[in-house]
Amino acid sequence: MRIILTERLKAHIFRSTGATLLAFFLSFPLNVQAADEPTHLPVAYLTKEREAPTALSNLDPVIHDSGIQGARLAIEDNNTTGRFTNQSFTLEEVVVPLEADVVQAFKALAAKGYRHVVARLSAADLVRIQALPEATDLLIYDISTRDDALRGQECSAQVLHLLPSRAMRADALAQYMLKKRWQNWFLVIGPGDNDRLYASALKRAAKRFGMRIGEEKTWTHTFDARRTAQSDVPVFTQGVDYDILVVADEAGLFGEYLAYRTWLPRPVAGTQGLVPTAWHRTHEQWGAVQLQNRFREQAGRWMTEEDYAAWLAVRAIGEAATRTGSVDHSRIKAYLLGDAFAVAGFKGKKLSFRSWNGQLRQPVLLAAARSLVAVAPLEGFLHPKNELDTLGYDEPETKCRLE
Amino acid sequence: MTGSLDMNILTKTVIFLSLALLLNGAPAETIFVTLEKDNALAVVDGESAQLVKTVAIGRRPRGIALSPDYRRLYVAASDDDAIQIIDADSLTVIGTLPSGEDPETFALDPDGERMYVSNEDDNLVTVIDIAEQKALKQIPVGVEPEGIAVSPDRKWVVSASETTNMVHWIDPKTLEVVANTLVDTRPRAATFTSDSKQLWVTAEIAGTMQVLDVDSKQIIKTLTFKIAGVGQEKIQPVGVKVDRVRRWGYVAIGPANRVAVIDAQKLEVEAYLLVGHRVWNLAFSPDQSRLYTTNGVSNDISIIDLKRHKVIKSVAVGRYPWGVAVKP
Repeated sequence: MRIILTERLKAHIFRSTGATLLAFFLSFPLNVQAADEPTHLPVAYLTKEREAPTALSNLDPVIHDSGIQGARLAIEDNNTTGRFTNQSFTLEEVVVPLEADVVQAFKALAAKGYRHVVARLSAADLVRIQALPEATDLLIYDISTRDDALRGQECSAQVLHLLPSRAMRADALAQYMLKKRWQNWFLVIGPGDNDRLYASALKRAAKRFGMRIGEEKTWTHTFDARRTAQSDVPVFTQGVDYDILVVADEAGLFGEYLAYRTWLPRPVAGTQGLVPTAWHRTHEQWGAVQLQNRFREQAGRWMTEEDYAAWLAVRAIGEAATRTGSVDHSRIKAYLLGDAFAVAGFKGKKLSFRSWNGQLRQPVLLAAARSLVAVAPLEGFLHPKNELDTLGYDEPETKCRLE
Repeated sequence: MTGSLDMNILTKTVIFLSLALLLNGAPAETIFVTLEKDNALAVVDGESAQLVKTVAIGRRPRGIALSPDYRRLYVAASDDDAIQIIDADSLTVIGTLPSGEDPETFALDPDGERMYVSNEDDNLVTVIDIAEQKALKQIPVGVEPEGIAVSPDRKWVVSASETTNMVHWIDPKTLEVVANTLVDTRPRAATFTSDSKQLWVTAEIAGTMQVLDVDSKQIIKTLTFKIAGVGQEKIQPVGVKVDRVRRWGYVAIGPANRVAVIDAQKLEVEAYLLVGHRVWNLAFSPDQSRLYTTNGVSNDISIIDLKRHKVIKSVAVGRYPWGVAVKP
């Protein structure tokens, strides 16, 4: 524990030193003891400060430590197990300031000998670090992106993706819509690039599961609750008939205003309303309540998707170290990507990595604000190998070519 | 000589007849079921297979056991962070045991003097002296300890940790973990055979049941389950019981809605019995002629006749039936 505290303190120092971070970081003495202590496995956590999003309302507090809290909990869990296997795990937390370069920080971690880097980075930053020569001998655990491109044409053999891609989320939603026979969709797309990606995933899912997108509109109105909610939404949704409104608004700028204000009385799903997600506070089945409790006790807040993904990444490393009885990087990597690997993720199924693109196969929760509505894959969606592979790009469809 | 022979035959006949009566007629036993969502205890009469009453107890009651003299019931009231002591006749709460936080399952030693409790959120096993109503020790184990069992020969206490995926072997004399066995993913329940030679452990996510040799602490057999028409993802074994003569073992397979009947000599699956939805835990009747199952989603218990291996009845009990204990 003492080691983790030191690393936390260090991360704090990095954060508070702001722009002077890099110089300080590069001159920091190495304290990774992997070389002379074979039972110790050091894990690095790399993130970059983000601009705080515009608050839609005061209901949800802004979370500044999303991701890292999950990694910390998993390190603790790994060390609890490690007491019995004589293995120990430490976490070095690196927060790159807004204006600094993530590539430098990554190179520094590689130079210090870190072989497992949990990355909470944007898709653009992830693409930059995965292409570095320094990345060749290590594994990057992406706990933040949901881009299908990163799991497709831009994939990398060095990266494992812990969160479900947009395609997986859209497929989960479409399976439920098919079950409910809400097959005629009204697709509303926000102004952001990510919204267009989310919409593409929805269109792909609609095609796969026999949905009809009867109407598609881009949101062009304001993001002002007073105006938007009362006048714009009814007008915007007038003159269209559909079963369900499916919204693509990843930044959460207007999606929450849609429910109860549409011209026709129709439910809302997608980025708001009924949401496909890797983790949710309403989830308590399969022992999930235990993870929720342990997390809340540690972090003092609910677990985010990124926290869950970081917990899974570090737990996967721990599980591979336990099962192989080794902290050797190549053995751990081979085990993680092999057929025998399975990590329990509190969703009632074995989770494992897809060999064709490094995506963690997992159930996707369909959650409303205060109730877990369903868990995909839904019953009856069959697959010759693994029903979890009914979600997202399956092996024959992938555009990922791993060397 | 002839007289005593006749007497012998007569005695035997009487014993046989009364045994036959006992086995064929429904036994006059009482089944206690914890209702996790109702914060209550359901009481079912074995003879009529009817719900007799429901008694309010602590919050989120889960694990349940009877004292060896059947006079007391112990119930883990998880959200009250306590084990409640309930008078098995009057069904009133007469005390609590200091169980540590969030007790889920526990095991009694064969003499009923000590209790071993899994504290799931704190990665601990709490050892309680029941007479003193006092915690003797908290033993650190792996992440999320759940299944716990004491060997009938009193030599071992085992704790299975769900996220660490290990069985921890605790010496009851020193109360220290002395060995660990890595088992399949997410071990749930553990039970010793009556001869204390084997430990049976279910693994919920791996979908297996493993048999460990107690002397070597090694896995000697891993059983898998395949049910026609039921997807492998529904194979999530939880509760496990083995009969006194180690002829048959039984495994509750959760959302597969089946109890697997296992030939405990060959260690092979013999049959699957269809019970209620999401079958969790199992308990024998005292004479082991019946098996009772709690079905968490269909809110009932199933009664299995073990002579014929047939499910004979289901009884609605309340919301989220979790644990079950049977009093003669």
